[in-house]
Amino acid sequence: MSSKAATRWTDGSMNKKLGRRYASERRFRLLGLAAVSISVLFLAFLLYNMSAKGLGGFVRYEAALPIDFAKSNLFLDPATLRGPGAEQTVASADLETAISQAATATYGQVAAEMFGDGAVDALTRDIVRNPDILKDKPILWLPVGSKVDIAAKHDSDDASENLVNLLKSKHALRERFNTQFLTASDSTDPSSVGVWGALKGTFLTILVTIILAFPIGVLSAVYLEEFAPRNRWTDAIEVSINNLAAVPSIIFGLLGLAVFLNFMNLPRSAPLVGGMTLALMTMPVIVIAGRNAIKTVPPSIRDAALGVGASKMQVVFHHVLPLALPGILTGTIIGMARALGETAPLLMIGMRAFIAAPPTGITSPATVLPVQIFLWSDEVDRGFVEKTSAAIIVLLLFMLVMNGLAIYLRNRFERRW
Amino acid sequence: MSLGFALVAVLVVAFAAGWAGYLHARRLRTAGRMHSLPIYHGAYVALWGAIPALLLLALWAPIQSRMVDAAVLSSPEGRALPAFEMQRESILSEAREIADGEREQGFNPQSSTLAPRIREAQSRYSLIGGAVALFAALGAAGLAYRRSAPQFRARTGVERWLLIVLLAASLIAILTTLGILLSLMFESLRFFGLYPLHAFMFGLEWSPQTAIRADQAGSSGAFGAIPLLWGTFFIGAIIAMVVAVPLGLMSAIYLTQYANPRVRTWLKPILEILAGVPTVVYGYFAALTVAPVVRDFGLRIGVSSASSESALAAGLVMGIMIIPFISSMADDSMAAVPQAMRDGSLAMGATKSETIRRVLLPAALPGVVGGVLLAVSRAIGETMIVVMAAGLAANLTLNPFASVTTVTVQIVQLLTGDQEFDSAKTLAAFALGLTLFLITFLLNLIALQVVRRYREQYE
Repeated sequence: MSSKAATRWTDGSMNKKLGRRYASERRFRLLGLAAVSISVLFLAFLLYNMSAKGLGGFVRYEAALPIDFAKSNLFLDPATLRGPGAEQTVASADLETAISQAATATYGQVAAEMFGDGAVDALTRDIVRNPDILKDKPILWLPVGSKVDIAAKHDSDDASENLVNLLKSKHALRERFNTQFLTASDSTDPSSVGVWGALKGTFLTILVTIILAFPIGVLSAVYLEEFAPRNRWTDAIEVSINNLAAVPSIIFGLLGLAVFLNFMNLPRSAPLVGGMTLALMTMPVIVIAGRNAIKTVPPSIRDAALGVGASKMQVVFHHVLPLALPGILTGTIIGMARALGETAPLLMIGMRAFIAAPPTGITSPATVLPVQIFLWSDEVDRGFVEKTSAAIIVLLLFMLVMNGLAIYLRNRFERRW
Repeated sequence: MSLGFALVAVLVVAFAAGWAGYLHARRLRTAGRMHSLPIYHGAYVALWGAIPALLLLALWAPIQSRMVDAAVLSSPEGRALPAFEMQRESILSEAREIADGEREQGFNPQSSTLAPRIREAQSRYSLIGGAVALFAALGAAGLAYRRSAPQFRARTGVERWLLIVLLAASLIAILTTLGILLSLMFESLRFFGLYPLHAFMFGLEWSPQTAIRADQAGSSGAFGAIPLLWGTFFIGAIIAMVVAVPLGLMSAIYLTQYANPRVRTWLKPILEILAGVPTVVYGYFAALTVAPVVRDFGLRIGVSSASSESALAAGLVMGIMIIPFISSMADDSMAAVPQAMRDGSLAMGATKSETIRRVLLPAALPGVVGGVLLAVSRAIGETMIVVMAAGLAANLTLNPFASVTTVTVQIVQLLTGDQEFDSAKTLAAFALGLTLFLITFLLNLIALQVVRRYREQYE
């Protein structure tokens, strides 16, 4: 040591120095805690923000509407509405005008546009279920239009607010769980949109993805880990798998557009093409997880099976693969969860069209939940804000369930050798 | 007969043949010792029945669709179609949908008259293809069945097929890589035929509006990629990393060095949730909640040009998204530093933080740098956050409150607007895709190299 001062404890300079060092130690530790806290707080704020905005989307307001069907000019005969085809007959009648007239008659001119498409749908269902109400003057609870709905939940323009106050003073406004949000599909009217079409599209897409990616991923993991000779070809496969796992997802969308749509002429916007694109994207993830899981199976298992006369193929398929399966499944579920939340590649292959009916098969036009969220977030109508957040809540719940399942599988079945 | 029916028929034939082979082998077993179990004899027959016929069908399907098109176009109804290719294509695709029973009627009356022709040609050609495949299935299965004998090595045969299937599965990764490279390069070459390469690579102006009329103002369409690359770099490699690197690194240090195990088991999964949130959710959050705050902040500190679609908002949220990634990479590389180095430093009287700063971090630095490079490559390829929060104006600016655009935003924009195929606009998206692919590929290559070399040092 160059200075003897460093070891002098008597005059307190060492204590001071030590104090400084300990203070800096505490600061460093606090800094680390702050870094973790920022991430956790951000996540908490994100979730709080989404639920604060989105929970309203699961609720809708309904208003009481006395309709005198005799006075309305609906030419519907209850007798013709029994049996099939009733829905079409009712849909062809001008229910919108009838509702508007009844609303004006009850609540005055301000209420002329208080009901939207959602009310027409609800009234159609009511009439089909019980055509006899056409002879009566029933009081029906119908979902209010987007403007009134917003006014009831938040602040809005004066006219809508006054209407809400009027309805409340007459006890003609009630709050109900919005079942339509889970059963309907996309619409131009925010008060009657739903996520069912997008959910069904997501299920079909993920189904195609899993059917393609899981077997291919597992089989190539088995080949690379157990059979592949070390040569240039194997190296090329390995490099391309590691590289594919890091390729931006949008590139897979471009591949899908160029190969599946333009070259192979598969149908646009279809879950088939979406699933194939996502399968190419997920496969490397499954291969990597599969190889790691197969690696952890101890060689003694293989040796024992070979020792009693099993062939190499039998060793792998009868012993190694079943033991590695929990690990493979965990990796697969995590890959699927990522595919479930993927948006960009599906935009490329045209799954962003406005589709008002749920898909009927893997070749019919569809959209998926993340893309639906993206489409709704682009809408100007204020009513879409809470629907977007509500759809995000649904998506996050799915992610949570899938990740929870993966963690459960990992803890329950994964063996430490 | 449609090809779907042929597919089912082939599978049924293969299964039935396999079952017959299995029963046959079981009867043989009563005669004496066999080389393979009966189930392998069955599987051998079934595989020979299924695989060649399925390959034939897979090869036939694209050939058939070409031949159907040719037959339909040469029919009298087909020759009456308009010569203009896009119009003809749209009528044809409508007619195809009618023929498949997906819709009742097309917008174009011609498609309805064309549909029966398509159905005719389809049934004719799929009858040929289906029959050939079915005969192949029957023939191959029959030959395989006849080989069945006590000493026949059926298991070896089955395992040979399985090995081929395994190899084929792992070749798909190579095919995908090749597919990406070829499709991007093919379309990019067509783009560079329309627009010079050097102007794309060094051009400072990006305005992809191509002309509808020749005399339109600003009709030339400029495809200079520099502003996009700058925007991508600005958001992904600068702003996002300024957020993510310190936070991710400090999180990793705290979680591995300071936090007690109980806290760690809770905090680590929470951090991982951040990585699992879909990017469209981050994008929505960035656009709706973060962007207005950033704009107001910008206006308050006197940046009058603060935009509601700012580079800062997108970069901040992207940085948060990357934190878990950096944290786990840093975690790995710090765990690889030998315990002896840490112990040595602590034994000399250094405090924990001094050990971390002076010994652990310098030793782990190459791994951390590799991790950061991987994170940059991920941030550059990220799409939804920037699409929703970063804007479309291609500005070459250092102002984080201004709106910039990125490569991924423009790809989405070019391909989801009203697109005409083969226009420079559509092809430019593929050129951008190729650029993105090459950049991320290079970054990954360098990063993996750095990480690997560093690992070797300590092993």
